[in-house]
Amino acid sequence: MTDPLARPPKKNPQKVQTVPVLPPSFRSRAAMGLTAAAAEGRFKLQHCAECGTVQYPPRDACVSCLGLELLWKDTDPVGELIADTIVHTSPNLYFRRQAPWRCGTVRLSAGPSIFCHVHGDCVKGSEVRLLSRLDRAGQGVLIAIPKETTPNMADDPELRELGADPKHRRVLITDGRQPGAPALAKALLDAGAMTVFVGEGETWRPYPERSALEKMDGVNLMPLDLTDTSSVVELAGEIGGKVDILINNARFMRPGGVLARGDTAFARDEMEVNYLGLMRLAQAFGPGMKARGADGINNAAAWVNILSINAIANDPAYGSFNASQAAALSLAQSLRAELRPGGVKVMTVFCGPTDDDWYQDVPPPKLLPGAIARSVVQGLRDGVEDVLCGDVAKDYAERWRQDPRVLERELAGDVG
Amino acid sequence: MNALTQMATALTRGEIEVVDLTHTLDPDFPVIILPPEFGQCARFRMEEVSAYDHRGPAWKWHNISMSEHTGTHFDAPVHWVSGRNVANGAVDEIPAEAFIGPVCVIDCSEGAAQDDDFELTPEIIAEWEATNGRIPENTWVLMRTDWSKRRGADYLNMREDGPHSPGPTPEAIRLLVEERGIRGFGTETVGTDAGQGMHYAPPYPAHYILHGNGRYGLQCLTGLDQLPATGAMLICPPLKIRNGTGSPLRVLALVPKGAS
Repeated sequence: MTDPLARPPKKNPQKVQTVPVLPPSFRSRAAMGLTAAAAEGRFKLQHCAECGTVQYPPRDACVSCLGLELLWKDTDPVGELIADTIVHTSPNLYFRRQAPWRCGTVRLSAGPSIFCHVHGDCVKGSEVRLLSRLDRAGQGVLIAIPKETTPNMADDPELRELGADPKHRRVLITDGRQPGAPALAKALLDAGAMTVFVGEGETWRPYPERSALEKMDGVNLMPLDLTDTSSVVELAGEIGGKVDILINNARFMRPGGVLARGDTAFARDEMEVNYLGLMRLAQAFGPGMKARGADGINNAAAWVNILSINAIANDPAYGSFNASQAAALSLAQSLRAELRPGGVKVMTVFCGPTDDDWYQDVPPPKLLPGAIARSVVQGLRDGVEDVLCGDVAKDYAERWRQDPRVLERELAGDVG
Repeated sequence: MNALTQMATALTRGEIEVVDLTHTLDPDFPVIILPPEFGQCARFRMEEVSAYDHRGPAWKWHNISMSEHTGTHFDAPVHWVSGRNVANGAVDEIPAEAFIGPVCVIDCSEGAAQDDDFELTPEIIAEWEATNGRIPENTWVLMRTDWSKRRGADYLNMREDGPHSPGPTPEAIRLLVEERGIRGFGTETVGTDAGQGMHYAPPYPAHYILHGNGRYGLQCLTGLDQLPATGAMLICPPLKIRNGTGSPLRVLALVPKGAS
């Protein structure tokens, strides 16, 4: 079993901040497939289209038949840990700091033997499961974990380093007014978050979620309005140094596409909250988080945006809102690259229609707050970049992979 | 000495005081809230363009944005459907002399302290006139409620059935407009109408009757407790916005020293 992770002590204000350093991040173009798979939390390896041989490490030609078509496919992650060792020192700054670090070789049932990170509970000679994870540099790596769950398994330092587990971390949820805010706050507290800050704008306007949030131990309501730069800057000034996970759940939406509206007022509100709000948050909180990527057990670990799956393909019934989601998704890509030197991950939780007032005339399935909250927590634990929450999001993403233009026509109702 | 030089002398001697009746334009100041399907009143926002830095080394300035009806603001006749065809009904068309003139203040602060839905009625106006004389034609009338002293959620006072704040009855507004011929009506609340004003006939009587008759509105005023019932002068020029239905503005009152 793993020793349970102790609650981190208060920071020593006389100590110099530990500067984030990253594990080696250079990869071949072929190896980026591993990163792409890890970003979605999928264990994929290259399979030769001609002879079926499973490849590792990633390469440009089949190790067996020299075939050039190597397809990234979901692969059986089970294998045997046939050798292990512990690295006690390293010329690499990152591993030097992380030492001791266990690694080993796993012989996969699918064929290749893989040198990888190894969870402390894996027993040499026994069955293990490989996970595809993003490391601090944002690159895909593999870690062997025990086939069966062990006590405190998530507290293993190597596994924790490859995720953004909320346990003992301090979280900011940006918009307490969203119907899903109480469920989200509760899920994070249940997952062991030390503190959940919840932003609330316009306290002169009552809202029903407040009473639920007020009652939760560990929730701190803080003034925050994403459309007001001074409010965002002020809150970052107050708590920017202790936000380890930022979850941007703010959303402004109204139904309608381009022609239904006849003006730009709601579109502006959508951009103000969904796009510029994200930018204001990033400008205020981003630099502090980036600097705190190596700040001990509760280091800054992840930035989460909760967006509509229609960020990838527009449904014209909500055309203007979806455009703001596409803008936010694109901005998040930029933010991901900009936060990477700090080792802070940027994750998107893609949602289908939510079960609230603005999707009231959309037929089910619709997402309940609890489903989104579970997706957020699971995504953080897995340290992924994309989470598809619910069947609609999964279905759209799959159809988008098959053909974006066909999906566009389907969403427009052109396909019977 | 003509009247103006007498006044200038009185101002420099401090015999006339200048009272600011304006709330600070603040991003967190409440605005009117409409059902979410309707377009909403934009809040006051300020974005820094530069602050003596790489974006502009020697100067600081902001871009600001808001609604015509944000903060302490002026309502022009074209703001309401009843005033859509009123001549010179937009802020840029209103004759400048409308923006300065005498003001009567009806103190409803005691009643408003007891009752969030306190109504200004013809009876209250009659009582006021019994003490202060008949409201002269072409004056501003302000309804003092001390509502401007409320903070946070108490200001809009929003409940399940909408906001609750004091305002005039249709009869009171009709009396002021049709029988007294006032120039405009002002309040300390977020609108010239009561919070529950949608339930009168006509709905929002202050808006409907004032603007339908080419009269003006002022709202989100503060400091009315510093004004005398009569004898003060109101200065309230809105921004000259082309076809503007209203405008945030600085509202000042000239008050004889010691009169309040």
